[in-house]
Amino acid sequence: MNVPTNLKYAKTDEWVKVEGNVAIIGVSDYAQSQLSDIVYFEFKVDPGDTVSKDQSVATLESVKAAADVNAPVSGKVVELNQSLTDQFEVINSDPYGAAWMMKIEMSDPSELDALMDAAAYEAYCQERGH
Amino acid sequence: MTEPTIYELSSPGRVGVRYPQPDVPLAELPQDLVRQDLPLPELSELNVIRHFMHLSHLNYSIDSGFYPLGSCTMKYNPKINEEMARLPGFAYTHPLQPIETVQGNLALMYELQEYLKEITGFDAVTLQPAAGAQGEFTGVMIIRAYHKSRGDSKRTKILVPDSAHGTNPATSAMSGYEVVHIPSDSRGNVDIEALRAACDETVAGLMLTNPNTLGLFEEQVVEVNRIVHEAGGLVYGDGANLNALLGIARPADLGFDIMHINLHKTFSTPHGGGGPGSGPVAVKAAFKEFLPGPIVEVLEEGDEELPPVFGFYQPTQSIGRVKAFHGHFGMMVRAYTYISIHGAEGLRKVSEYAVLNANYLLARMRGTYKVPYDRICKHEFVVEGVWDDAPEVHALDIAKRLMDYNFHPPTNYFPLIVREALMIEPTETETKQTLDRFADVMLKIAEEAHQQPELLREAPHSTPVGRLDEVKAAKELVLCCWLPEEAKN
Amino acid sequence: MYTPHTDSEREEMLKVIGVPSIESLFADVPAEYRFPRLNLPEPLSEMEVAAQLQELASINETTRDLICFLGAGAYNHYVPAAVDAILRRGEFYTAYTPYQPEVSQGTLQAIFEYQSLIANLTGMDASNASHYDGATATAEAAVLAYHHFRGKRTRFVVSPSVNPQYRAVLRTYLNGYENLEVIGDDVEKPFETAEDLLPLVDANTALVIVQYPDFFGRIQDLTDFAQKVHESGALLTVVVNPLALALFKSPGEMGADIACGEGQPLGIPLSYGGPYLGIFATKKDYVRKMAGRLVGETTDKEGRRGYVLTLTAREQHIRREKATSNICTNQGLMALAATVYMSLLGKTGLRQVAELCYHKAHYTAQQINQIPGFEVDLKTPFFHEFVVKCPDSVEEINEYLLDNGILGGYDLSNDYPALKNHMLLAVTEMNTREDIEILCEALKEYSHD
Repeated sequence: MNVPTNLKYAKTDEWVKVEGNVAIIGVSDYAQSQLSDIVYFEFKVDPGDTVSKDQSVATLESVKAAADVNAPVSGKVVELNQSLTDQFEVINSDPYGAAWMMKIEMSDPSELDALMDAAAYEAYCQERGH
Repeated sequence: MTEPTIYELSSPGRVGVRYPQPDVPLAELPQDLVRQDLPLPELSELNVIRHFMHLSHLNYSIDSGFYPLGSCTMKYNPKINEEMARLPGFAYTHPLQPIETVQGNLALMYELQEYLKEITGFDAVTLQPAAGAQGEFTGVMIIRAYHKSRGDSKRTKILVPDSAHGTNPATSAMSGYEVVHIPSDSRGNVDIEALRAACDETVAGLMLTNPNTLGLFEEQVVEVNRIVHEAGGLVYGDGANLNALLGIARPADLGFDIMHINLHKTFSTPHGGGGPGSGPVAVKAAFKEFLPGPIVEVLEEGDEELPPVFGFYQPTQSIGRVKAFHGHFGMMVRAYTYISIHGAEGLRKVSEYAVLNANYLLARMRGTYKVPYDRICKHEFVVEGVWDDAPEVHALDIAKRLMDYNFHPPTNYFPLIVREALMIEPTETETKQTLDRFADVMLKIAEEAHQQPELLREAPHSTPVGRLDEVKAAKELVLCCWLPEEAKN
Repeated sequence: MYTPHTDSEREEMLKVIGVPSIESLFADVPAEYRFPRLNLPEPLSEMEVAAQLQELASINETTRDLICFLGAGAYNHYVPAAVDAILRRGEFYTAYTPYQPEVSQGTLQAIFEYQSLIANLTGMDASNASHYDGATATAEAAVLAYHHFRGKRTRFVVSPSVNPQYRAVLRTYLNGYENLEVIGDDVEKPFETAEDLLPLVDANTALVIVQYPDFFGRIQDLTDFAQKVHESGALLTVVVNPLALALFKSPGEMGADIACGEGQPLGIPLSYGGPYLGIFATKKDYVRKMAGRLVGETTDKEGRRGYVLTLTAREQHIRREKATSNICTNQGLMALAATVYMSLLGKTGLRQVAELCYHKAHYTAQQINQIPGFEVDLKTPFFHEFVVKCPDSVEEINEYLLDNGILGGYDLSNDYPALKNHMLLAVTEMNTREDIEILCEALKEYSHD
């Protein structure tokens, strides 16, 4: 399981990369492996929308399951990775790179403090994986 | 063994049915509106018959073998039902005919409403909903309309136990409610304390399946319903499992306010490869005026000489239509036939034997398969399809292996509260011999799971196709075919 | 009978279970409510039931006893014998939803072929495995549009010439959502055309719904209209009679996003209103948003072609409260009927039936228009149904017709107060020239009396 150390993680398996005031988000390697082959990806917000922490902002589907992607932080959606709608395979193959999902301009950067660092997230995944 | 599609069997210029030539002068066609291409296949009648006969041979069905699909009540569909629904007097009536020309239809619908009221204990019935899911929708919309009619707008939640039927959460959501899940206790009942804690003035109602999807009778059902009523909520009964209760208990007596009934489960109308179903909704008197209309009523009482005159009644505070016309009339004829053949005594026997058969299978499988909530079950039961000492094998593998022994698999992976669930509903129409054969095979498969797990992992071995690539289907999404010259890339 | 145990088998089974009696299997049912006495008629033998139902059925007057000119959403067509021969196969009608594809390839391939035929007929990219009927399919189109715009567009513009029952069902379905507006279907202006709706279509409009042929039987080219609807970003649903599409331009060709409608004309008996078949097809952008079952083609490990239910993660049993519809089943057997019917008739037969309907309806309309007191609009193109302006109430005329063995048309004043004395007449391939002449004679006599 790949857990890059430069990212922060939410309990619902999203990762966050902070660039200044902007949070780039996606889902973790653990999340994609639990879902297995992704067959559908859909955004539930548009650029310009204001989202609040834990709001569902996108949906992932595999053959047997569906999962929500929740905003790990509040703020304004400034960019969506539109290519994912067609090329959702990269969520399985490159979850931390090509499969970034959206950029959110944070309204309350202190929300980042509630997220886990790589070590804590790895432990959290192992605990669930038994 | 695969069958070509009708498009692959097509030959340009071939004709399957001949129609008469026009016997009136031809009218001019509006040329700018006329369609230029019509890419449909062209086959002879025998082509068509053989094609669909071949397809039929690729299906498993109740008529060909045991079909213990939990929660679906795959009982025998008597042949007489089919004959009756096709009587020309029924089959060739138009839904908008004047009521005086369809008194036979209305009499049948009225009697069926009365029978369903008697069987469930409710006071009014609509036959309009097309299926169980639509019956649920109707029921929850009635809950909504009821609270609204009282000016009570703070009720925004529907409670759904985790052992409820799978559609319940989606139904609540599409009716505009927030869903609150209520856990089960260690005996598989609704957790009373959790229910009490969730019940407040924001609760619109509870959707309760009884027996629940574990096949267990809700032991405190009366108390559960009382708690919801005390909080001002209504109780919706999911009638999917009514096959356990005919002549055993009437849901209205147990405190339910509204319930749907699946004619295609309990009353033997065929499942048709996935429909048409039929999902009448029964309610207590207080909710009659919210029903989708029209419903059939007696307009003029009959006497010794004349039969009653039947007509339609439009409820005054109706939630509105949920479907065009009067519902699935053809299914009503079948259910009416079934109830007439059984009478009160026969219906009680249906439920008694459905429960006897389930408990018999459970007794034979117990010990080999883990039974998570082990007590006397009703018409179905749930076991775990997994063993700690055979970790490679899953419920899905057991399901697939059953096909090699010529049985339809049980429902798997539902309910979600049981690990690797196998949900088994034998129904009352099976003989002891069939049940024994099935039990023997289940025990044999358990043995195989431990000794030759690959036999299960690779199963089925004897079906027209093996396990199919579902990821490919979802990714490539080929949903239709075209004639060769129309084929698109 | 259908409960097969002998007494000795029952005793053996109880012994294995370890309970003394069947009654003891119900100890968990509250005693005061256990084993109620049901007041139902005494059980009958199959023979007696058959006689009783035959008796009930014979009370009805049918479209075989009467000459039928009634349509308004359900149509009297000929169903070739081969259709029912296939429907009576137990392998089809006693199977359930094909959850286990290895033993359900028959049902799955038949649905796949149904999806193909409907996509081709409607000119759309894909069809689902069907909805309950035309009315619920129309409502599901609105639900799709609502979710497509994620609830941000809240206006639904509906033509008054969409079947009144469909509009009623649409409103029931949308009642579960807050703050949606359904407008446009002013029943005081029944004959408004599609273009008359355009002023209502704005940037907040999710969906526009029109019918083709409309409830009054009229057809018009919707190509320009579709373009104008799309200019405001809204989606367009066209409610169709599939039989008309064998003769006239498809909604796909005219630019519709969704085509839905009632599939009953495709080989399904009238059966007093059901079960029928809800057709639902879309352009490819909306395929993944369609509610209901979908069958897709794939292969097994050995590369053999096969079919499975696909995109199931959208559905209620996985999505639970996040699913956009609670639909579980489709109208499987009715979809099979339509598939067999379309396969039998094929390209030539289907077109032929549509043309027969067209010519006979036009002949009838012309003849009626010549009867003093009766009036038909012959200028607006129509398919096989048309509005007749009558000298008296439709109820009275229909009574007279019924006395003469004719099932008259639909009384439009039921739904459109402005259409007092207006009758909607349908003519199909089942009506012979003689039938039409009998109708015209009766109307003439009526206007003379």
